[in-house]
Amino acid sequence: MARTKKKPAARKSRPARAKRARKAAPARRVVVLVATRKGAWLFEGNPARKTWRANGPHFLGHIVNHLVLDPRDGRTLLAAAKTGHLGPTVFRSTDMGRTWKEAARPPAFPKVPEGEKGRVVDHTFWLTPGHASEPNRWYAGTSPQGFFRSDDGGVTWEPASGVNDDPRYRIWMGTVQDGTPDGPKMHSIIVDPRNPAHIYMGMSGGGVHESHDAGRTFAPLVKGLEVVEGFDAANIAVHDPHCVRLCPSNPDRLYQQNHCGIYRIDRPSDEWVRIGKRMPKRIGDIGFPMVVHPRDDQTVWVFPMDGQTVWPRTSPEGKPCAYVTRDGGKSWQRLDSGLPADQAWWTVKRQAMTRDAQDPVGLYFGTTSGDLWMSRDEGKRWANVARNLPEIYAVETAELR
Amino acid sequence: MKVLIPSPLRSYTRTREVEATGTTIGELLADLDRRYPGLRFRMIDEQDKMRPHMRFFINGEQVFDMNRALRPTDEVQIVQALSGG
Repeated sequence: MARTKKKPAARKSRPARAKRARKAAPARRVVVLVATRKGAWLFEGNPARKTWRANGPHFLGHIVNHLVLDPRDGRTLLAAAKTGHLGPTVFRSTDMGRTWKEAARPPAFPKVPEGEKGRVVDHTFWLTPGHASEPNRWYAGTSPQGFFRSDDGGVTWEPASGVNDDPRYRIWMGTVQDGTPDGPKMHSIIVDPRNPAHIYMGMSGGGVHESHDAGRTFAPLVKGLEVVEGFDAANIAVHDPHCVRLCPSNPDRLYQQNHCGIYRIDRPSDEWVRIGKRMPKRIGDIGFPMVVHPRDDQTVWVFPMDGQTVWPRTSPEGKPCAYVTRDGGKSWQRLDSGLPADQAWWTVKRQAMTRDAQDPVGLYFGTTSGDLWMSRDEGKRWANVARNLPEIYAVETAELR
Repeated sequence: MKVLIPSPLRSYTRTREVEATGTTIGELLADLDRRYPGLRFRMIDEQDKMRPHMRFFINGEQVFDMNRALRPTDEVQIVQALSGG
């Protein structure tokens, strides 16, 4: 089993002597977990979130799609990794990345009988810690789309849903040619904080789905979602949710950044409402990431992307900006202070924007050009944390005492 | 028999050359996985197929068949294809 041990590559961005803030310094320290096309980094913030110490690279040369800390124990890190040549695996650390140990059985589809064509996991794309009442349970979404579960903290993984083999779902999942440029994906696996058996997930392509039996079965949840012009929205295969988020302060409310707009749903309704129509016309409501406020179900951030013509997948007009709504999508405000004013042609991938839970909320995003940005004031002002990393695939936060 | 390990897999073996046994490539890889757990899945997928950019040579000859017979005196070389990225 591969083990790695590495010293943190200390790089202090500035002396850690912060001005005395008007408010009491947050008691919890934020660590930003950055997964990139060429490895992973941990950026450890000071209590004021003003200086950041780079710890990495971990797994240099590995394509790391997701790096997540288990909030239930505050110490187990899982990294979904592969290289251009080597097959996919999951690495696990229980000492904040000082040492890593590979999963004994990474996510893999069942072997099919000789003569049949079985599926092969190209990479694990998404990692979700299980419900608070289920320590050691994790879920994983793969490319091509598969739903996997671990009940031992990520050491061994098993296929965990009928959707992996359901002929109807297999049609909805499509083939590699139907999916996103680097493979069709299962993502946005969300466990209802009130009920461990209630799970949502998204497939690109293949729609949003809901389970009431811990993922064993799912049913589509796509009513109200638009699809690309000329296609029938009744066909689940043509739905493409980019990112789905559940509001921690109101688990009956979910938001979604879709290939075709920004949506909200308030359960028990089963119909999504397009709230992105209120975005400025010249910006549109296409993008990948979406972030929900930890305590306010009316507040959501998005990072628009140019989805016109050939889908450049850049910031609109080369002017990167986040947008926020503080009224559930009735109105949107541009947040670009501190970001490049023009000629910045990067964008932010679906897993590469997140928040912490402090007050005010800190926002974080990583760019396709390898820069890491953050805001300590909910997006009013952005500051660069790191430049010249590899292309950033995912950004998550962990808060440590 | 002698097996040459490419650099991306040396985090498992810690050395460029290891010993392993087997009468076929498939058996050899199973033995390597016993000695270095996790190694096989990085090269062979869950359908027992060689991953697209991994290549196997026996005494300098490229092989694609997991059932290809091996002799104890053979030398096996595992190589990453020069596929960039």
